[in-house]
Amino acid sequence: MSIFRNVVFVAAIAGLFAGIVLACLQAYATVPLILKAEVYEQAAGGHEHAAAPAADAGTNATSSAAPAEEEEGWAPADGVERFTFNVLSNVVTGIGFALILVAFSEFAGGIGNWRQGVFWGLAGFAVFTLAPGLGLPPELPAMPAADLIPRQVWWISTVVATAVGLALIAFRRSLPLTVLAIVLIVAPHIVGAPQPASYETPIPEGLHHQFVVAVTLTNLVFWVVLGAVVGVVRGRFTGQSSSLRDSFA
Amino acid sequence: MNTASVSLGTSASSQSRLLQLAFAGLLGIFVIGFTGFSHIEAVHNAAHDARHSMAFPCH
Repeated sequence: MSIFRNVVFVAAIAGLFAGIVLACLQAYATVPLILKAEVYEQAAGGHEHAAAPAADAGTNATSSAAPAEEEEGWAPADGVERFTFNVLSNVVTGIGFALILVAFSEFAGGIGNWRQGVFWGLAGFAVFTLAPGLGLPPELPAMPAADLIPRQVWWISTVVATAVGLALIAFRRSLPLTVLAIVLIVAPHIVGAPQPASYETPIPEGLHHQFVVAVTLTNLVFWVVLGAVVGVVRGRFTGQSSSLRDSFA
Repeated sequence: MNTASVSLGTSASSQSRLLQLAFAGLLGIFVIGFTGFSHIEAVHNAAHDARHSMAFPCH
C-alpha cells in the first residue's frame, strides 16, 4: 500500500496548508458577511437553522439565542471556538479535496511541479467552485433555497459532469469527444439547479453579491495553493521534479 | 496487468496502483461527504462557516 500511503501523505500536507490559508482568508472575507447575515436572520424571527447566536456578542445574546438553541444540536460558541472549528473544517475539507486531486492527477502521470499544480488547481476550482456555483451561488444564512437533497444531488452531478468534461478535453485529443465534453459541462445548467419556491429574503442583495465574490475568490486562492503545494511536496517526495512521467508508480 | 513499475524504492503492478489510487480518491470523497454533505446536526454546525464559505449546499 505504499502508493496509497504516499498519496495520503502528500494530500495531508497540501490540505493542511491550503486549509489554513483558506480559513485565514475566510476570517477576513466571508465569515464577517455570514455574521452580518445572521443578524438579519435573527431580526427576521430566526430560522430553523441559525448556527450560533450572531454577531451581537457584546450583549451576551442568551435571551435572543435561547429559542434557537432549544431546537438545535450542539454548535460551537462564537469567537475562538467557532474560529477553531472553522479552521478544522477547512483543513479536513482541504485534505479531502487534496486526496481527490492527487488520486485523479496520478492517473494522468502526477503533478510534477508547482506550476503544473497551479493548472490542476484551476481545474479543481472550475469543477468544485465555478460550475456548481453557477446554478447554486454561495448562500448566506436566511437565504431562500430549494430542498437540501435535490440541491446536493445537483451539486454532485454538476461536479462529476464538469470533471469528466474537462478530463475529456485535456486528455483525449479528439473532436467528437471534445464536443461531448462541452455537452457534459453545459448539460447540468440546461437541466437547471433546484430553485426555491420564493426568492424573498431579508438579506440585502448587495451583501449577497459581496459574499459570492468573496467565496469565489477565496476558493480560487485555495485551489491554486492546494495544487501548487501538491506539486512541490510530491516533487520532494519522489526526489525528482519537473518530469511529467515521474509518477508515484 | 503485471508490468511492474518503480515507485519510491518499491514496485507495484499497475492493477495494484489503480486500486490504491481509487482507494485514495474514495477516501477523499468520503471526507468531503462528511464535512460538506453530512446531515448530522452537530457536524453541520461545526462546519457551518466553512460550508457556506465553500458554497456547499447548506440548510
